Amino acid sequence: MPPLKIPPARPQATVMLSRVAHSLYWMSRYIERAENIARLLEVNLQFLLDFQGIDDAGVKEHWGSILASSGDDELFSTLYETADSRTVTEFLALDLRNPSSILSCVFTARENARMIRDQISVEMWETINELYLFLKAHNTAEIWAAGPYEFFRDIKRNSHLFQGLTDSTYPRNEGWEFIQFGKLLERADKTTRILDVKYHILLPNATDVGGAIDTAQWQAVLRSASALEAYRRFYVREILAWKVAEFLVFSDSFPRSLHYCAVQIDDFLRRILDETGARPRSEAARASRRLLADLQSLTINDVLDQGLHEFLLEAQKSLDRIGDEVVQTTMFYPAETDTEQQQQ
Amino acid sequence: MSIISKSYDPSTFYDEMFRPGGEIRPHYRRLAERLSTLPETEFDQRRAAVDLAFLRRGVTFTVYNNAEGTERIFPFDLIPRIIPAAEWRRIEAGLIQRITALNLFLHDLYHGQKILKDKVVPAAQILSAKHFRREFMNFSVPRDIYVHICGTDLIRDHDGNYLVLEDNLRCPSGASYMIENRAAMRRAFPNLFQSYSVRAIEGYADTLLKSLLHLAPHGADKANVVLLTPGVYNSAYFEHTFLARQMGIPIVEGRDLVVRDARVFMRTTAGLVPVDVIYRRIDDDFLDPTVFRADSQLGVPGLVAAYRAGNVALANSIGTGVADDKVIYAYVPKIIRYYLDQDPILPNVNTYLASETEDRKFILANIAKLVVKSANEAGGYGMLIGPAATRAEVDDFRAKVAANPRNFIAQDPIMLSRSPTWCDRSLEGRHIDLRPYILCGEKTIVTPGGLTRVALRKGSLVVNSSQGGGSKDTWVLNNDD
Repeated sequence: MPPLKIPPARPQATVMLSRVAHSLYWMSRYIERAENIARLLEVNLQFLLDFQGIDDAGVKEHWGSILASSGDDELFSTLYETADSRTVTEFLALDLRNPSSILSCVFTARENARMIRDQISVEMWETINELYLFLKAHNTAEIWAAGPYEFFRDIKRNSHLFQGLTDSTYPRNEGWEFIQFGKLLERADKTTRILDVKYHILLPNATDVGGAIDTAQWQAVLRSASALEAYRRFYVREILAWKVAEFLVFSDSFPRSLHYCAVQIDDFLRRILDETGARPRSEAARASRRLLADLQSLTINDVLDQGLHEFLLEAQKSLDRIGDEVVQTTMFYPAETDTEQQQQ
Repeated sequence: MSIISKSYDPSTFYDEMFRPGGEIRPHYRRLAERLSTLPETEFDQRRAAVDLAFLRRGVTFTVYNNAEGTERIFPFDLIPRIIPAAEWRRIEAGLIQRITALNLFLHDLYHGQKILKDKVVPAAQILSAKHFRREFMNFSVPRDIYVHICGTDLIRDHDGNYLVLEDNLRCPSGASYMIENRAAMRRAFPNLFQSYSVRAIEGYADTLLKSLLHLAPHGADKANVVLLTPGVYNSAYFEHTFLARQMGIPIVEGRDLVVRDARVFMRTTAGLVPVDVIYRRIDDDFLDPTVFRADSQLGVPGLVAAYRAGNVALANSIGTGVADDKVIYAYVPKIIRYYLDQDPILPNVNTYLASETEDRKFILANIAKLVVKSANEAGGYGMLIGPAATRAEVDDFRAKVAANPRNFIAQDPIMLSRSPTWCDRSLEGRHIDLRPYILCGEKTIVTPGGLTRVALRKGSLVVNSSQGGGSKDTWVLNNDD
């Protein structure tokens, strides 16, 4: 018998099409986005239920602040007359006219996954496809009737399941870098927006600061970022505005803090763009390094002096720039910009 | 109550499972025994589980002409079609004979055209064929293989004889459903596979990859093979991703490829990477807008130049459609005799050519008794089943045939064999065909079995998925019962 000939690994095993890389990136971003919106909505619906005393104007202002922080207030006002629990939930969760609604996110994530079905594991595909089939089989009225909490729980669970399966079934190759990069960019962006919600909520007067409603609102911010337990273990004592901000911006151990995400974003970005030198070569890497430098050198007092809202807006802009640059660079054929926009 | 104990009427057609007297054919006996112990409710549960699994796994095809543009599962029937070993040996030999002759025919057509000079096939029929690519005269395809992947449609007549209905030599589809069907059956009836010795089909993707690597212009060792798809909205997109995944090759769209200096590259995150072999699931017309249809968004400008330069191989080759033209089909028995000096093992369905004077007279006089097909349509479109058609439809086709004879053929209607099929709470006979897959690489290999398609509508003879067809798992046995 001749010796067993083991064929060498095929070269294409290491090659990744640009289109595939970007589908992985968007798939991952949209799943993370859906989960964050679900959390934000769930917590705030609960918050308003807990404070039955808030009048209609207060409710309107509360939802207005959430729309403003997510950047969707303009689109909302063209589609709905007033902002209340029902309309905002419908808009952010179920309205396909809103490209960032939970439903739109899941559909887009699934469409991207379908384009690269051959690249992801059966488990990943089935999770995203089952979620899609489930949502497709139910209309808005049915989801409301069953209670939106069930719906939010399904979205969050499926996102966790998907991310867990990605972790345990997806090879650690370039595709992995794009998946993580997309997820972390989205997560960092959403954390800044969740924190910014509080900026838009005006308290009736100064004495309310530190009062029951104020504290409950900061608690809601923490819960929206799945951060309440982690915060309590870190600071133990009461919930204070500046501490919440410090935790969500600067924590170097909490996985949803802006700083924690930025460290990893920088790491994956270096790998994707092959940035090995001390000085960055690309605009994306420069933006990332600047953001990281701020997050590692500033204190919460510096940030509050500058204005938390302004600081968060700048961070969002940096994250946008980093994402856009990486998409452009790895795409490297301008003819595809049109398609890219369609995917968003 | 079990599903087999209900009354079943084999009728007067050839029934795959029952002899005319109602006796079960030997190779179906163990299946019948198993089904007779299975309560209907349990059968239904397994059926529902299989459907759900297909949906979850996304084993779907996209339906055109549908406002929702939806993905649907390909209806699957749990009663398998079983083929004994001896029967299969004949089919296999017949298919290999046929594809060998067709590859020789294509080579001849694009080189010396001896067969036309010897007047075995009339030159006019070739020159008027829609898919004859005269631009490729005297071009030598890699390894002289034109058709690498062939899906031949077989039917059985009233006496159970296998006949060739058509050769699909361009981009035959369905192999993924063959493999998924087997996986579904293994999950639904694991024990049945222990009592039967069924030949494996799972090697299909491996064999396909080997056939593709065989074509690599610069050697197979470092060759990059890709599957070229029209994209996510194509009805067979599931199949494209399935095969690419099984072979471990990238699936690309036209926009992922670029041609530089007559060399094809794919656009990757690390830059341009050369491509050696393309398994294309796009028709000739759409491959390269600079050569074929200029409005094609699916193709790759310059691809044909790279192909001509011998820098990239295509499977199937360009121009194979001329040999599966329904008019040329009528000449295949002669083609087999001409190149191989053998009698065809698998006969054709008796066919009349509207372009021939005598045949045309016969067709026009007997059109209501015949099946009329246009020469280049697929998917069950553009055909008339005379005995089942209305008077207006018959008149319409008569006028079409008279106006454009080269575009039509007619055949004796064949009462396709039937297989017991689970229809709405009872077992009923439904007409079936068989599409085996033949791969031509270093060797010619027929995957044992294929895709059995079933016309689910009562009395229907059209098995195409676009026309209400479903499918069954196809078992080729290692022995005869």
